[in-house]
Amino acid sequence: MTANNHRWRKAKNSFMQALTMVCAVLVILPLLLVFFHLVTQGATSINWAFFTQLPKPVGEVGGGVANAIVGTFTLIVLASLLGVPVGVLGGVFLSEYAYPRLNWWLRFTADVINGVPSITWGMVVYGLIVVPIAVPFHGIVKSVDPERHLVTVQNPAGNARSFTIGPQTRWNLDAGTGVESVPPGTAVIVAFHMDGSRQVAEQINAPSAWRLALLRLAALHDSVSGFSTLAGGLVLGLMMIPLIMRTTEEVLQLVPSGYREAALALGIAQWRMIAQIVVRTATKGIVTGVLLALARVAGETAPLLFTAFGNNYWTHKLTQPIDALPLKIYNYAISPYDDWHRQAWAGALVLILLVCTINVGVRILTRDRFSGRKP
Amino acid sequence: MAAILKPMPNHPLDQKSGSSPALTVRGLSIFFGTHEVLKKVDIDIAARAVTAIIGPSGCGKSTFLRAINRMHELNPDARMEGEIRLFGDNIYSRDVEAVMVRRRVGMVFQKSNPFPTMSIAENVTVGLRLNGVRDRRILTERTEESLRMAALWDEVKDRLNDPAISLSGGQQQRLCIARALAVQPEVLLMDEPASALDPLATQKIEDLIIELKKDYTIVIVTHNMQQAARSSDATAFFYLGELVEYGPTTKIFTNPAQKRTEDYVTGRFG
Amino acid sequence: MDNHFDIGLDELRQKLLLMASRAESAVNESVQALMQRNHALALKVRADDDIIDAFELEIDEMAIQLLTKAPLASNLRLVTVAMKVCQNLERIGDEATKIAKRARDLADEPPVKIVLDLPRLASMALVMVKESLDAFVQRDSAAARAIIPRDKEVDALNREMHNALALHMMEHPETIGRCLHWIVAAKSLERIADHAKNIAEEVVYLCEAQDIRHHLKK
Repeated sequence: MTANNHRWRKAKNSFMQALTMVCAVLVILPLLLVFFHLVTQGATSINWAFFTQLPKPVGEVGGGVANAIVGTFTLIVLASLLGVPVGVLGGVFLSEYAYPRLNWWLRFTADVINGVPSITWGMVVYGLIVVPIAVPFHGIVKSVDPERHLVTVQNPAGNARSFTIGPQTRWNLDAGTGVESVPPGTAVIVAFHMDGSRQVAEQINAPSAWRLALLRLAALHDSVSGFSTLAGGLVLGLMMIPLIMRTTEEVLQLVPSGYREAALALGIAQWRMIAQIVVRTATKGIVTGVLLALARVAGETAPLLFTAFGNNYWTHKLTQPIDALPLKIYNYAISPYDDWHRQAWAGALVLILLVCTINVGVRILTRDRFSGRKP
Repeated sequence: MAAILKPMPNHPLDQKSGSSPALTVRGLSIFFGTHEVLKKVDIDIAARAVTAIIGPSGCGKSTFLRAINRMHELNPDARMEGEIRLFGDNIYSRDVEAVMVRRRVGMVFQKSNPFPTMSIAENVTVGLRLNGVRDRRILTERTEESLRMAALWDEVKDRLNDPAISLSGGQQQRLCIARALAVQPEVLLMDEPASALDPLATQKIEDLIIELKKDYTIVIVTHNMQQAARSSDATAFFYLGELVEYGPTTKIFTNPAQKRTEDYVTGRFG
Repeated sequence: MDNHFDIGLDELRQKLLLMASRAESAVNESVQALMQRNHALALKVRADDDIIDAFELEIDEMAIQLLTKAPLASNLRLVTVAMKVCQNLERIGDEATKIAKRARDLADEPPVKIVLDLPRLASMALVMVKESLDAFVQRDSAAARAIIPRDKEVDALNREMHNALALHMMEHPETIGRCLHWIVAAKSLERIADHAKNIAEEVVYLCEAQDIRHHLKK
């Protein structure tokens, strides 16, 4: 062990220490860059109007993103209504009830789903729910006018609409094709588009049971587009479920089995033991998991593109489209207007502040007041 | 086969002295999967006495204890044969739920486990509350009664609402004993209750056990033979799943009948 | 491999046996001094008694130490028996010393003209001592039990000698002093036999865990 050797080893040690430190610091750099950029670009646009006003029409300067902020919160609440109970109870099942093969598959599936890109979720909900209730108009054929190529359909609410039948109209009925062959009284779904003031039928279908059920559900509203707050909440909620399920399960697993045994040994029934002993002990952890899932879905944009869609006005009904911060940012950012760009920066800053607040809140919640013990 | 030897008169093992056994075990075998953990155990546990279960690790003594309150059923691979009667009632009969058995047979574990989200008083009454007892008066009375019986009342009577985890290790274990006593079981099972405690706390627990046996039947698993010798009336020696010898404690520790018992007790193995 | 406790028990046993052989020698030599009127031997026996006393202290100390380790079952019996046996051995040593004192006194005076069966008494007592110690070493409970009834024979023989000496004293008053020495020596031998019987009873307890003292023999 020569002195040279010793110096060489010391140098290697210092080098490795420096290298790993640089890499660690590099991680923080992008975050700092993002913050810096957002603050410089967006902070100036943050004013009272930004938070309280609706967007101004295209081209006009000013206005705010109040509806988007409220929309984000609305969607989070809706998503929680679905995601939290299902996720927590699912996590309880995985943790407390032993069905080895089933649980293995459930965990595997949940982990896979957690990795599914959010845009896929959006498309699934779009295809299953938005589309079936959107474009078509459904009802009973009231009358047919072959000369003027019109078919009049009356929907269950009593509204009657006349659709122009053209050569491009696709027919999907048992009773042949052509306007003549549609007897009055047939139930149909009409996919149409607007041509000026005419409603031109693109496709006329016999409704499937699933579609009919969805349509009946959606009969409460008259959204032509099918995009709705409910759909947006649904997709975010679905994304939350596997996330919350896994974190809940992991937190429950951390509860020492001694508590379960002690409770059972007192003659307490299993479900009561789970609810009042195990879950109660793990409450902080479960809440943490829920909040982190909320923070995650609050920033999702892609799925909302297909479901909530966006709205420049206040949304009054859950069956109407709604705006959210990420959507607004997206729409503004790709627009050609400088004012909207500024607002996009500001929106991004607000969004990141929201996410950070939730994370900091989680840390404060789980802060340990007694030295050394994990909650 | 049980080697129940002739007991001294007025000894708890002397059935003629008036009390019928608290637990009669016949042909008890327990399997975890294909592994036979207990092999055809026959034993009568005397009422209002302390019975110690000794034996080397893996001999089945904890499994035997947990069979008495059906806690071995928590293991999905567990299977049992044979019979256990609690004061004459078959605790494994089809119409008896495990929950009902556990209200008559309480258990204290090796590592004290008071529920962390509850205060001292709440811990004591949890067995009652979560089984539907709401009457404030009963709960308060039972709290004081159980804490007195566990020799903890004087130390905590002024801070019943403090979190249970603020107590020391020995106090926590006595709290767990109070918690078990609050539901008024007939039998109290203890799985190495003092093994995680310092000698002073251990001493208190042993004194407590000797006091409690006036009212309860106590079965205690211990790997500490001096503890068994100090605090029990009868001792059962298990080895590799079999009951090798069962008799009055003095006899087991001064002149055991079986060579295996002698070898274990003098430290030649285990 | 033996653990330290077993090694300690072994040491206890060895020491006890050493003490036992010393006690045996003491009795042997004291009887010899008596019969052969050997003044020097008598003094030696008296001096050696200190060694036996020291053994008693050592063995009791070792036994207490072993008790702190809370021995159980046969180990427990061994330790308690060792303490009792060493006490009996020490008393045997004391009795041998008493015999030696009488031997010294008798050696300084002319012999008494009386035929005494003291050698037989002495050998019966010696044999009992030897056999009880053998039974201890061999853990032979039956052999120990066999020793116990013989104590009665020794008692009987002692009474015989006592009576014979008493008679002689009445007929020849000038021999009273010397006869008293003989009576005391015989008594000591009888006590030695008693102690040997005690040791035998302890051996039975060690082997069978039966306490046969003060009882009718089972």
